[in-house]
Amino acid sequence: MTQSANAAQDRKAAGNRIRRMKLSNTVARNILFLFASITILTTLGIIISLLRDSIGFFAEVPIKDFLLGRVWTPLFNDPQFGVLPLVSGTVLITFVSGLISIPIGLFTAIYLSEYANRKVRKVIKPILEVLAGIPSIVFGYFALTAITPFLKNIIPQTEIFNALSASIAVGVMTIPLVSSLSEDALRAVPDSLRQGALALGSTKMETSLKVVVPAAISGISASFVLAISRAIGETMIVTIAAGARPNLTFNPLQSVQTMTSFIVQASQGDNPHGTVGYYSLFAVGLLLFLITLGLNVFSHHMVDKYRKEY
Amino acid sequence: MNYVKYRKLKNSIFHGIIFCVTLIGIVILAILLIDIIRRGIPFLTKTFFTNFPSRFPNKAGILPGIVGSVNIILLTIAFAVPVGLGTAVYLEEYAKNNRLTKFIKINISNLSGTPSIVYGLLGLAVFVRVMGLGKSILSGALTMSLVVLPIVIVSSQEAIKAVPQYLRHGSYALGATKWQTIRKIVIPAALPGIFTGVILSVSRALGESAPLLMVGAATYVSKLPDSVFSVFTALPLQIYYWMGLPKEDFKDLAAAGIIVLLAILLTTNAITIVLRNKYQRSVE
Repeated sequence: MTQSANAAQDRKAAGNRIRRMKLSNTVARNILFLFASITILTTLGIIISLLRDSIGFFAEVPIKDFLLGRVWTPLFNDPQFGVLPLVSGTVLITFVSGLISIPIGLFTAIYLSEYANRKVRKVIKPILEVLAGIPSIVFGYFALTAITPFLKNIIPQTEIFNALSASIAVGVMTIPLVSSLSEDALRAVPDSLRQGALALGSTKMETSLKVVVPAAISGISASFVLAISRAIGETMIVTIAAGARPNLTFNPLQSVQTMTSFIVQASQGDNPHGTVGYYSLFAVGLLLFLITLGLNVFSHHMVDKYRKEY
Repeated sequence: MNYVKYRKLKNSIFHGIIFCVTLIGIVILAILLIDIIRRGIPFLTKTFFTNFPSRFPNKAGILPGIVGSVNIILLTIAFAVPVGLGTAVYLEEYAKNNRLTKFIKINISNLSGTPSIVYGLLGLAVFVRVMGLGKSILSGALTMSLVVLPIVIVSSQEAIKAVPQYLRHGSYALGATKWQTIRKIVIPAALPGIFTGVILSVSRALGESAPLLMVGAATYVSKLPDSVFSVFTALPLQIYYWMGLPKEDFKDLAAAGIIVLLAILLTTNAITIVLRNKYQRSVE
């Protein structure tokens, strides 16, 4: 009699425990979902805060004047807010840095994936990782104190702050980004393709350039787009080395201001909250965010569309 | 036959060229390090670590920068790791394969490509102004945790994915719930990979300057912070401040600061590499 009562009690206790276990599972699941939604809140926060303060800006400055204006003088008594000089500065830095990072990064990737033996790779890859881990402020320092004096020696009309020096530093900084992502793409190409090309009598160079690179082109171009997007958003190097003159020019020896370096400069000055000068920060930030967002979406789309399953 | 020789020659030349191109990055890294060490070493004295910034280069120190960076990083880790790990666990273990999940994943990859200065603007608008936290350590750390969040999430996801299914099945077969399996089996097995992600985000947070500048971190601070609401500076900002001063000695002082920064970063990188090697072996 007591034995069966005990058993019933045990069963009840076990049932309670299982219910508790299931309950804590449900609670945990919901809490974790809340954590995951913080990432969405972050994006919403970025969009809302940029939009809200940009609206204040666009109430004073027509969007057309902002996007098409050729003069950017936010601190003058009669300020003008034509963003083109900042855009041209960004484009100039991005273009020249891409001329450095894209070929060097891609060739490095081809060397590491197709030519280098294991030993060499084991030495070079960690060094490139160190290069990738160096903060942009250090590259900024290097641009200002080493690259610029070097350029001035060769080309005397180089200005103290100039786009070329900053571009070289940004380019070097993004080499590891291009090389590691492109190498991943090259290594994902199955060996059967290489063997086929070699069996037909191709040299290693012909195999690499005519078979392996085209097969990996989606991953490789995604790495280019990411390098470009990183160069557009790069802040400290250009703030330190490229100067602060909004300058509608494509002469890399001159001082320019980019969208990012304007944001830093304006936030350091005493732009009181609520003035057009303060709001202009967010309008430029919004433009920057939209451009990099577009590039990111584009690079994912490219990977999805051209990815080949072997 | 001549044509074959020509093609072979072309291949050798190509091999030589891409080898030299590969060396460019390495050579520049070497020049950069040598240049900075040469300039900074004379200023790396004992007082450099214990003094405050000063008008006199030989009396200036980096103490507030180090203290500020340590504060920022501890708080950033405290915010970003639970949220990042929780998100990764949700996505890998609980989330159904539906549109919402897909959206969350795409959103995370976009966040990781968003320039850090945009996070700075978010921090300025939300943490400094709307939430009224002011130009404080707390604002800086909250902003920085959003910057590193994608890194924590993605590396934790990788680590969780690498835990073999049979471990989970064994746990379920013994009657464990999903949450018990995650807590007692999955996370312990994924710990080295998660830790790698944490260290990666520490080194990112240590080197980032733009978002901190945006939320109003000072570049010149004359006393140590006494709470999370204090004004603060950080290692890279201290370096930035010295770099902008006209006197040449201050540029060398900035180099000394960079040596400290790089020494910390290389140490954390080395820890990651050791951990990864150990981890890869244990999975194999």
